[in-house]
Amino acid sequence: MTKQKHAKEPLMHLTRRLNFSPKYAWAIRIGAFVLSILVCAIVTTILSPKANVGFFFRYLFTGTFGTTRLIWALFRDLAILLLLALAVTPCFKMRYWNIGGEGQALMGCLGAAVIVSQLYGKMATPLVLIIALVVAIGFGAVWAVIPALFKAKWNTNETLLTLMFNYIAGCLGAFFVKKADPNTTGSLSFLDSIGNAGNIGSNQFILIIIIATVITTLMAVYLKYSKHGYEITVVGESPNTARYVGIHNKKVIIRTLVLCGVLCGIVGFMMVCFKDHSFKAESATDTTVGGLGFTAVLISWLAHFNPLAMVLTSFLVVFITRGAKNVGDYARLGANYPSMMVGIFFFFIIATEFFINFKISFRQKGELPKEPDDLIKSSEETADKTRAQSADAAAATPASATEA
Amino acid sequence: MEKNLAIEMVGITKAFGTKVVANKNVSMDLREGEILSLLGENGSGKTTLMNMIAGIYTPDSGKIYVRGEEVVIKSPIDAYSHHIGMIHQHFKLVDLFTAADNVILGEKFDNVEKNEGRADNGAARFGRRIAFEWLRRNRVRELQKIVDQYGFGIDLKRKIYDMSVSEKQTVEIIKALYRGADILILDEPTAVLTPQEIDKLFAVLRKMRDEGKSIIIITHKLNEVMAISDRVAVLRKGEHIATVDTATTNEKELTDMMVGQKMDLNIEREMPQNPKPRLFINDMTVVNKEGRTMVDGVSFEINGGEILGIAGISGNGQKELLEGIAGLQPMAKGEVIFHNPKENKPVTFFHNDLKQIKAKAEAGMFHYPDGQRVVLKGMRDKDIVELVNKEQILYYEDEIINLKDRTPREIQELGIKLSFVPEDRLNMGLVGNMSIVDNMMLRSYRKGKSIFVNRKRPKQLADEIIQDLEVVTPSDMTPVRRLSGGNVQKVLVGREIASSPKVLMAAYPVRGLDINSSYTIYNLLNAQKKKNVAVLFVGEDLDVLMALCDRILVLCGGKVSGIVDARNITKEEIGLLMTKVPDDVQKYDYDNAKEGESND
Repeated sequence: MTKQKHAKEPLMHLTRRLNFSPKYAWAIRIGAFVLSILVCAIVTTILSPKANVGFFFRYLFTGTFGTTRLIWALFRDLAILLLLALAVTPCFKMRYWNIGGEGQALMGCLGAAVIVSQLYGKMATPLVLIIALVVAIGFGAVWAVIPALFKAKWNTNETLLTLMFNYIAGCLGAFFVKKADPNTTGSLSFLDSIGNAGNIGSNQFILIIIIATVITTLMAVYLKYSKHGYEITVVGESPNTARYVGIHNKKVIIRTLVLCGVLCGIVGFMMVCFKDHSFKAESATDTTVGGLGFTAVLISWLAHFNPLAMVLTSFLVVFITRGAKNVGDYARLGANYPSMMVGIFFFFIIATEFFINFKISFRQKGELPKEPDDLIKSSEETADKTRAQSADAAAATPASATEA
Repeated sequence: MEKNLAIEMVGITKAFGTKVVANKNVSMDLREGEILSLLGENGSGKTTLMNMIAGIYTPDSGKIYVRGEEVVIKSPIDAYSHHIGMIHQHFKLVDLFTAADNVILGEKFDNVEKNEGRADNGAARFGRRIAFEWLRRNRVRELQKIVDQYGFGIDLKRKIYDMSVSEKQTVEIIKALYRGADILILDEPTAVLTPQEIDKLFAVLRKMRDEGKSIIIITHKLNEVMAISDRVAVLRKGEHIATVDTATTNEKELTDMMVGQKMDLNIEREMPQNPKPRLFINDMTVVNKEGRTMVDGVSFEINGGEILGIAGISGNGQKELLEGIAGLQPMAKGEVIFHNPKENKPVTFFHNDLKQIKAKAEAGMFHYPDGQRVVLKGMRDKDIVELVNKEQILYYEDEIINLKDRTPREIQELGIKLSFVPEDRLNMGLVGNMSIVDNMMLRSYRKGKSIFVNRKRPKQLADEIIQDLEVVTPSDMTPVRRLSGGNVQKVLVGREIASSPKVLMAAYPVRGLDINSSYTIYNLLNAQKKKNVAVLFVGEDLDVLMALCDRILVLCGGKVSGIVDARNITKEEIGLLMTKVPDDVQKYDYDNAKEGESND
């Protein structure tokens, strides 16, 4: 044996876990969530003399579940975030890192806003809404498909291109707002025109929630059971294998991005016509979508691209955001406090992935590995055995290799 | 220990897992100031052995002495501290940097920083440690000395992305020299070079040897061995066969050592029953993306009911040839003609639509089961469809199809299946993260009009394969990546065979397998041969090729250097064909063999 006379085993090293049990993974995730909330509470008590741990938890929960209206709003926000995450999920499954959900949804918003602001009053309101939906879908799809075409044609980096497209979309939005109403501060309100659109009875939340439920189910089925979903997985996991079995990679990429753009367009339409009844684009970054497109990337990724798990992850994020906003309001911690809490939450949840995938082993005095001589011997033995067996088989067959 | 040994290895053994022994008790040495060639077939353990000297692997057992001193080389940096540098096949350079910056990349400039006359107290040392390391403007000038010394004709200020492959290789060599290496290992340096560049490289290597450097060059090209080296070390199947002086040996002797004695494998082999041509490859030329001609005017045919072996050193066009047939690589020239064995078989709507069937009937290609010729004129479409579905319309002869304008998918659906087992096993034909069941339906998931996939039949198939081929797996839902190599290959080959192919191309199906699994695969291929399938087997092991195949096609530099009768050929003859295309290329087929017999 080689003496490792200079080498000293490091104090600890990482090994990849190949067979982790789902139970263990969930235990770690739940533990991390609880821990993140506790850390949030502690940080809050440090920041504000008013707040103690009890205060934090009281307002965290009243901010999300305090009134019926708040609960409805929680689920509506969840639905919007979930839909955005669902839209980008097929791309991620395909290892196409589309981080342009933000811009694609904003283009949907813009499409809807253009139609509503220009056509309202010139024809029946339902017709305006239908045209707005179609245009929103078109805008979203075009915005998603341009980078995909670049990728398919010249193999450009989709991450950079989709990211930059977000800002172009923001600027286009701001340009439109300034054109449509030069006196505004960056926002067009449609409250007077289509303020009631999307209400079922007097409930303004339920339609969005229903749509989200339907699309989530469809997406789960699409990814798992449809031929398209199967192709997406193959292209994502191994483009070369896809080529070998005759899948047209470029076609799949473009098709999937159209789907993504369509979904983003629908979300954009709902944001403008059903939720906010306004369109905001003050600058490239301060818009109606307001960063949800980026959060959606994390939602999708944390759920391992599983649509049903995304319901949970988006719920947690919306819960923390809304709850922390309430705590911040009561403790007078300022507008950026909720982002901080969400940051702490993400920090813990992302860290769990490390502990799920890797095992930390500390140095210990163990046995040396098996002698290589034994290894060779054992492989030789099996080889001999096989040769003997096949020799018997060959003897039984008249036309064996040697006689031929 | 002799004084003039640069490296001595004693009893080096390296095994990967429990099955694959890459190097077995290898003892060899490198003298100072010589060029040693390391010769061996693919998979004979050359690169593994050298990686152990270069600090990429550590040996399981055995000792390495550098200049007479026992050492443990744990990392490439360790290797450099012993003045050993390795130039790998795949260069590791930063494209956007200049040649000079690539050379000094990663270097700690402590030799520069240690200026005399500086304060050497703790604070000053700490200050120097955290100080920003400036790149000196004259850094190119110092490197230029090395360049001039050995006569590398290269401009160090040029960026890597501007450079040709041979220039990049030169940069790698300069890098190794700059770091003080005087033992240089080059892993197949000539594989990527043109003949002129090879001459230039050899001139540089000779110069370096004359300056006292010791050089190991890995290669499997005999003419280069003879041209450059002082001594040759031959490896075969991980074992060191001999080290001989180049001056006292010849190509024939080296080939014998490289391929070894014929080993009797006792693979069952029967004479092909009624071999009928199934696939004609006419003058196929394939040019790869880099513009190199990988397959050069290759013509041959494959018969149903035979196993045609393809021998050749890897990278001599095997992959491109198969991909060309499968439609995965565009052919620059030539065509592939497929004789679909349809004689007296019913026509189906699988490859033909109604219009095509009508046209073919017009041309007189069909007959009824009673032997009467099919005339479809004046018949209603509905009746024709019924006849076809009742399998009442039969072909007179085999269907002849030119594959030139067919998509890979169409070629596949015609029954021409390619199973390629790459080095990493999981990149061509299987998806590692998907379950066995999902991998089963890679070829067949499109069947049917439903937008949903049907996992019922793939599941049956997966269970059959797991049972019949004894795939060791926890369940049929286990991701393929968790299976061992042999089991992965059984899944891949099993799937291709289950699709009842008419032509089966199996490339390296036993790559890295233990002997038991290998025999399972051989038996599978033999069973296909009995079913009158045309089997094309690309192998690395000549013993296996000679024991399993009926005919062997030898490729060399993308050209056919011979098609030989696998039953009457020696290993040495194949070995020579692998390294050189003879002026007069022999092509064996069964017909001219019969003629030969009758002449006798």
